[in-house]
Amino acid sequence: MSVDRTFFNEMLDDAGMSRPAYSKLEDWLNSKPPNFLKKKNREAETIFRRLGITFAVYGSNEATERLIPFDPIPRILSASEWRRLSAGIDQRVRALNAFLHDIYHRQEIIRAGRIPADLIIQNEAFLPEMVGFTPARKVYAHIIGTDLVRVGKDDFYVLEDNTRTPSGVSYMMENRETMMRMFPELFEIHRVAPVEHYPDSLRQTLESVGPDQSKSNQTVVVLTPGIYNSAYFEHAFLADSMGVELVEGRDLFVDEGKVFMRTTRKPKQVDVIYRRIDDAFLDPLTFQPDSMLGVPGLFDAYRAGNVTICNAPGTGIADDKAIYAYVPEIIEFYTGQKPILKNVPTWNCALEDDLAYVLDNLEDIVVKEVHGSGGYGMLIGPTASKRQIADFRKVLEANPSNYIAQPTLALSACPTHVASGVAPRHVDLRPFVLIGDRVRITPGGLTRVALKKGSLVVNSSQGGGTKDTWVLED
Amino acid sequence: MLGRTASSLFWMARYHERAMNIAKLLEVAYRNAIVAHGGQDSMDDWRFALLSSGCAAGYEAKAEEISPKGVISYMVFDKDNPFSVRVCLEAARNNARSVRTSITSELWEAINTTWIEFSDTNPQSITRDRLPEFLSWISQRSHLFRGALLNTILRDDGYFFSQLGNFVERAGNTARVLNTQYWVLLPDNDVIGDGSMERYQWTGILRALSGHRSYRFAYPNAKLSAQNIAEFLILRREMPRSLAHCYEWISGSANDLGLYYGESLPSLKMADKISSELSDTDMSDIYHNGLHDFLSDFIVQNNNFASQLSQDYNFA
Repeated sequence: MSVDRTFFNEMLDDAGMSRPAYSKLEDWLNSKPPNFLKKKNREAETIFRRLGITFAVYGSNEATERLIPFDPIPRILSASEWRRLSAGIDQRVRALNAFLHDIYHRQEIIRAGRIPADLIIQNEAFLPEMVGFTPARKVYAHIIGTDLVRVGKDDFYVLEDNTRTPSGVSYMMENRETMMRMFPELFEIHRVAPVEHYPDSLRQTLESVGPDQSKSNQTVVVLTPGIYNSAYFEHAFLADSMGVELVEGRDLFVDEGKVFMRTTRKPKQVDVIYRRIDDAFLDPLTFQPDSMLGVPGLFDAYRAGNVTICNAPGTGIADDKAIYAYVPEIIEFYTGQKPILKNVPTWNCALEDDLAYVLDNLEDIVVKEVHGSGGYGMLIGPTASKRQIADFRKVLEANPSNYIAQPTLALSACPTHVASGVAPRHVDLRPFVLIGDRVRITPGGLTRVALKKGSLVVNSSQGGGTKDTWVLED
Repeated sequence: MLGRTASSLFWMARYHERAMNIAKLLEVAYRNAIVAHGGQDSMDDWRFALLSSGCAAGYEAKAEEISPKGVISYMVFDKDNPFSVRVCLEAARNNARSVRTSITSELWEAINTTWIEFSDTNPQSITRDRLPEFLSWISQRSHLFRGALLNTILRDDGYFFSQLGNFVERAGNTARVLNTQYWVLLPDNDVIGDGSMERYQWTGILRALSGHRSYRFAYPNAKLSAQNIAEFLILRREMPRSLAHCYEWISGSANDLGLYYGESLPSLKMADKISSELSDTDMSDIYHNGLHDFLSDFIVQNNNFASQLSQDYNFA
């Protein structure tokens, strides 16, 4: 088999031989009749649809609930690969939490001249309301989804830190369930680290940051914008699997600085809110006044120390795309160690020299909106048409400080089920991290795959799919 | 339990019951319209379906005259008709979805699959010859829903709220169906009647309430009579769609709820009152005071009970 060397192939080495972690999988794949995966794929789709594992797509009226395509071929990481990755993630999330505490208190990192003051103070994601407030255990970002890409055998880059409300963990869980249901024989011949304890870990994490740790029972809730939100399925899934209430803003109210749920009988006090709504919508009294999703007075209750909000308001500054370039600095500053995981070199289009370089090299690089997400509003130079590049150039020149740029990374590729059989497709990886009384990282995470040949965009909103992700135990 | 959750469980069950009742009314209209019946305008059958389901005013605002095609499309598929099967199934599913954590996966799958298959159905494909099959599919799906609910859900407050929604809707439907043609159920018809017209209307009412066969077993001489039919559908507890049966179930669930929360609220007393009124009366009393008044009054009391319940338990 000839191997394309322009990207790292997760399954095959340069000689076309399967890497150790994939050897049993490759044999198994080869032993199956041609239509086997196609049939299994249809089975999986039926299961997903019946269970209602869907996400909503904004901006389309019909069929607003869609399935995220599921690819039945797992992505596999060896135990040693995972050890290194998880050490890197652990280091990174601790540093980011230390950074958040610092910038909302003494701002030592600014005083030390390691990060420009403007970048923080002028940043939209910086919440002055959080200054001087210390959340329980000094943890700000309790739930993080670190986006990683791989470009070589030992070459992993962090693409984004997702310290606000990362989603996708329900797919990690459901993908595993589906795989175990469809291919039990594969699990017999592999030692795959389980992921099923995630909801327990999440609940432990949330309980560990309750405002009053002397309480033996912490009342935890998941706060959702409601059934029309794109990630509603996940909100319901997490509440259900943790065994806690799924609430909307209108189910909560604040009385004498405490937060309560409206129940069929007496109001019940809430200790910890795992919110899946953005900062701006949390509390119409403190933030966006026309928000119908939030709870009036919630922020005051939070600052009074009567409820914990996870993630804390104002954590967005830690995954701001302009701050991103400084994360290696941040890690060194707070941990005194060299970063284990690499950062992608980033040009800040607000800076004149950087902008000039970016404009000269649009064909070769990726340009992203500073506050964008979900793969919207970005340019991928190498795959864009001349026209698209020309159009983007105008947009960029009109508002350069809204953009950052990065070199195009040759994302690694995994064997994937496609119309013509099995072929390599580019993937990324989002492991899920929980930070509370300790750091808990679920082995694996969510692998997103760009189903179109050659495509580097893995976002589900842009037609990407997902894979079950295995970490093999030694 | 959140007040909103209680509300969603109540409405989930209520909407599913409603979808089935609408399908039943259409089944009857369709059936009656195709059998010959001397002299009567066959559009009356469709009008009866519109009136009993509460769709009449909305339909009139939309269409000039009653046509089978128009009624079917309005009562089954119309997105703007709050009483169409489509709107009911979607609302049942949305309510279920918003309390996904409080229902079992069996129940969710029953509701969700119904909705997926219904919304995948092209209205144009439901031609008149396919209608009966499609309507009976809707009924079957409602039975599946109720079966999944009864077989899998925990007997806690959520269960009680779902039962209350189910039977408030059913009681309202039975009362409306009876009230729409109350005059054919007056005792006078037994004296002058038993002609083909009465027989045909009586059968329609029984069929719309799934009592066509069971009536024969409940009344040993099996003879159709206005008084027996009215008694069967209002007072006979063994008839699962009678008012008495519905309120036996409602007061039972309301009592269970009171025990569950250790507190008796005004709605519980209302349910008990309506239930005992139904058991303390007989058809001669009802006829004496007026069947139409009785049914109209019942509909008001049933609605009052539902709103008291939502007030007592903080339905948001």
